[in-house]
Amino acid sequence: MSKNNPIQISKDVKNKKVNIKREFNARVDLVWKAWTESKLLDQWWAPKPWVAKTKSYSFKEGGSWLYAMSGPDGTSIWSIVEFSNIQKNKSFEASSSFSDENGNKNASFPTMHWKNVFIARSEQTTVEVEISFEKEADIEQIIAMGFEAGFTAALGNLEEMLQTELAH
Amino acid sequence: MRRDVFQAIADPTRREIITLISRQSLNLNEVAENFDMTRQAISLHIKILSECGLIMIRQEGRQRYCSIHPEKLSEVANWIEPFRKMWEVKFNQLDKVLHHIKSKKNVKK
Repeated sequence: MSKNNPIQISKDVKNKKVNIKREFNARVDLVWKAWTESKLLDQWWAPKPWVAKTKSYSFKEGGSWLYAMSGPDGTSIWSIVEFSNIQKNKSFEASSSFSDENGNKNASFPTMHWKNVFIARSEQTTVEVEISFEKEADIEQIIAMGFEAGFTAALGNLEEMLQTELAH
Repeated sequence: MRRDVFQAIADPTRREIITLISRQSLNLNEVAENFDMTRQAISLHIKILSECGLIMIRQEGRQRYCSIHPEKLSEVANWIEPFRKMWEVKFNQLDKVLHHIKSKKNVKK
């Protein structure tokens, strides 16, 4: 099995953005499919040991994706994602908010704006993800939550962690 | 076993120890006084923190002093590293999905 392609991440706090870039060893139509079909998204969107499960999905401008990420301890985090500016095999935008299981947004968490750009290069595809936020502090909050989602199995409670001075 | 900073902060006691000695260097006894657990237990946490590179221990006479390793601490405070790791995990899963649908497509041909 070949080595995984490197991932580039940069955080631009001033412009309230996080950029993620990664190359995939597949043609753009397949990569696009994996990013835009819920059956496939469910297979990779949640970082293990979390599992993503779609409740409803409509990939079109104005359409939305309602899904839950379930952790090993049984907790579920619901999110609602609204799609816009879809240019097939090229790019799409999305706004992602934490919600309840009916897709009602939770106002105490920041909304993330995504712009996903797909760059085809023969049998390879580079995906550039730009996540932008409304406030600087939102970046830290979301990154900290990503931390939890990725490492729940290994790490302690996020809330506790954020209460320590480490969060500064 | 390789230890890293995220292991260091996985435990609430260790996070408290970091908070304590980030204010000032303390010796082992002074750290232990702040906790309702044995000196041995605290000593083990400090050993792990030191192996993770988050704190430095220096011997002064019979006392061992703990101080913070600021660069390592900022690695934790930046939060970007775990975020990167999360995306690594996701994208490695995506690789597998792509590999799977690629091979399915080839079979169909």
